[in-house]
Amino acid sequence: MRLKLVPDDFNWDFFKRWKLTFGASALAMVVSVVLFFAVGLNFGIDFLGGTTIRTESTQEVDVGLYRQAIAPLGLGDVSITEVFDASFDADQHVAQVRIQSQEGAESITEQTIAALEAALKSVDPAITFPSVESVGPKVSNELVWTAVQAVVFSIAAVLFYIWLRFEWQFSLGAVIALVHDVTLTIGVFCLLQIRFDLTIIAALLTIVGYSINDTVIVFDRVRENLRRYKKMQLMEVLNISINETMSRTVMTSGTTLLALFALYALGGDVIRGFVFAMIWGIVVGTYSSIFVASPILLWLGVKRDWSKPSQGGGTQFADVDA
Amino acid sequence: MLQISTWKRVLIWAFTALILFMAVPNLFYPRVESHNDALKQIEAAGATPELQEAVSAWPSWMPSGLLNLGLDLRGGAYLLADVQVEDVYAERMNGYWPEVRDALREKRDTVGAIRRVDGPAGELHVKIANPEARAEAIETAKGVSRPILSLTGVGSNDIEVTGQGDTLIVTLSEAEKIATDDRTVKQSLEIVRRRVDEAGTREPSIQRQGETRIIIQVPGIGSAQELKDLIGQTAKLTFHPVVSRTSDPEANPGARNLLVPSMDESGTYYIIEETFVVSGDELTDAQPSFDQNGRPAVSFRFNPTGARKFGDYTRDNIGSPFAIVLDNEVISAPTIQDHIPGGSGIITGNFTIEESTNLAVLLRAGALPAEMTFLQERTIGPELGADSIEAGRIATIVAFIAVLAFMWLSYGLFGIFANIALIINVGLIFGLLSIIGATLTLPGIAGIVLTVGMAVDANVLVFERIREELKTARGPSRAIELGYEKALSAILDANVTTFITAAILFALGSGPVRGFAITLGLGILTSVFCAIYITRMLIVMWFERRRPKTIEV
Repeated sequence: MRLKLVPDDFNWDFFKRWKLTFGASALAMVVSVVLFFAVGLNFGIDFLGGTTIRTESTQEVDVGLYRQAIAPLGLGDVSITEVFDASFDADQHVAQVRIQSQEGAESITEQTIAALEAALKSVDPAITFPSVESVGPKVSNELVWTAVQAVVFSIAAVLFYIWLRFEWQFSLGAVIALVHDVTLTIGVFCLLQIRFDLTIIAALLTIVGYSINDTVIVFDRVRENLRRYKKMQLMEVLNISINETMSRTVMTSGTTLLALFALYALGGDVIRGFVFAMIWGIVVGTYSSIFVASPILLWLGVKRDWSKPSQGGGTQFADVDA
Repeated sequence: MLQISTWKRVLIWAFTALILFMAVPNLFYPRVESHNDALKQIEAAGATPELQEAVSAWPSWMPSGLLNLGLDLRGGAYLLADVQVEDVYAERMNGYWPEVRDALREKRDTVGAIRRVDGPAGELHVKIANPEARAEAIETAKGVSRPILSLTGVGSNDIEVTGQGDTLIVTLSEAEKIATDDRTVKQSLEIVRRRVDEAGTREPSIQRQGETRIIIQVPGIGSAQELKDLIGQTAKLTFHPVVSRTSDPEANPGARNLLVPSMDESGTYYIIEETFVVSGDELTDAQPSFDQNGRPAVSFRFNPTGARKFGDYTRDNIGSPFAIVLDNEVISAPTIQDHIPGGSGIITGNFTIEESTNLAVLLRAGALPAEMTFLQERTIGPELGADSIEAGRIATIVAFIAVLAFMWLSYGLFGIFANIALIINVGLIFGLLSIIGATLTLPGIAGIVLTVGMAVDANVLVFERIREELKTARGPSRAIELGYEKALSAILDANVTTFITAAILFALGSGPVRGFAITLGLGILTSVFCAIYITRMLIVMWFERRRPKTIEV
């Protein structure tokens, strides 16, 4: 007996309501952009500069009390959030204190840390500081720039590779799907105000990698079917290809999500935002291969004559033999 | 054609076994770590029975390469320092002044009297009495310059001279600045390394980043502040003639003199001559010791040139005080009692034993050529790191079991083949990480978990394809073969694109992000290898033994 998430005779018309799904994606992208400008991302110190201190205590965290203690120091903007995690012991109470970059100092000064620690100790003598992280404004500017570069580079490299291996229509379809995924991920981070730091950029790039992986699998099948069914309507070919790869899509997304959920639940709070970004990215990445990349291919139209193998290069790697 | 030639099989299994073998030490992490540490200590300080025992706990014929644990897993401190390379320019210009002065004096008849005036840091301003002779003065000063011998600076000189009214302005040329900056950073790097090594922490990593920056990562140190204290001090030790002593912090020291506070007596200031007699650069040794009253002190010894300068000065200035200055503070200002010819001496002050030990370390390692500012810092407590490892371990095991179960339920026997390949895959990742000496970070663990999820993709592609081919009923052998053949282009295209993003992450990322890129990239390589070689070979071996008429995937 086999576990089959997708039945053998699975055949669903993915393009029946393609205007609706495509419209929904477009709308979601617009909402994400609006959210980005209206609400903005909750940037971490990697991008804004400043200092975060993780506090741990056997006593309950009282955010108000912490705030009162820190206020007289005049450190400007202070944000205090309590951190919860299933793996904490009953008497383990963790909070994250974030202060903005101080004028005239790149990284945090010894005096500021000492003053902060003294202030918090005065309200909670049992408090300890398991981690202190500080980024100067100079470095944070550079980090933002490198991050943007990394995302743009990887999208461009993928665009180029797909163009090389397929046709430009495929390339454009794949890249629009990528932009869709990245935009929606940024949108959800704006909406939920999850801290956006350097590791999230790594997650974004992984999403780019995964999403393209997924899109390529569908496109590879489209290319093969275009050769097989020379006279069939493009929409029909796309639909067959998506249906044929559906079982694989569900299996791979399933195992990946299974692994990520384990990490989300058990991996600790430090990387939770990172894992969340990847879970979300894999869901939208899988969705976009079917509902964004393929309609674009349909809309742009593709070359129908794949009989000359030199042009597509579809099997040029296939002579690898074990 | 389901044949795989024997030599290919041997090669694949041998390669896999070799890399898995390299991963074995990580299963016995504490034992191998103490083995490695003990070996290092024996090499440095000789053997003791305990160390010998630690060494023998791990057989020497086994590989002993371990995954390095990143700061976020082990705890420790990270600093990104920026070397203030401009600091050195001023000193360089001071060095040029005597030469420029002597050259201009020879032309006294035309340029007239000369005088050094204050200019911005890094520029040497010289006033000449006859502004009309400026052009000739510039030419004369230029005569002091030397051609640059570096690759990038061919054809240019080390200094540039311009004029403005009756003032000559001497600056370092751009090419010389670049060469000086490079030297300054290299020197700083070396000194930071020596200071961190002297403190005896394990596996510190000190790297240059970009033009003027240094990344310092020290596992096991209590806080970034401790690390800063260790490396941030310039530890510039100089011996100056004392002009006078005062309690007025606003006192005007006069031309070419400095007002320096006393380290021990607050409210006391010394006016000293700017030009030092001898500096710490000429020390050959410094050791913590005790003075005749049993208080902690630091004894030192100069090299021959330093000893001669020090000897000459003490001989000529018996009875007058001189100041021992460390980082712009007067440690002490004793009166010279006698001629000190041997070039060794002792520094006393209100030191604790710890301070005198530290000072000796700093003096021995040498002074930093320029100050450093800290752009970024991170302290991670060891408990937080241990928690992260524990959480990462549990998450990886759970993810692993879930994926194994899922594959078995979905593909039955073939799922088990894929599962064996997946287990080998994770072993390979650890083996490769140990071989290249990579550092495992928390995002790196996430990369491994993600790989566990994604690694089955290639197998899934093949299995799904075999299922499809079985429908057209051309017999199991042909279906397996076609399944592999047709899935290959999809597998390669999909993994090359993911690998591209991992490579870009590696190139542009830093620290933890880079750790993630490494595990993700290696994970892609090993999972493709496992899918197209290991799983395939398992299937082929099974097929050869059983020769089934039908297969169910």
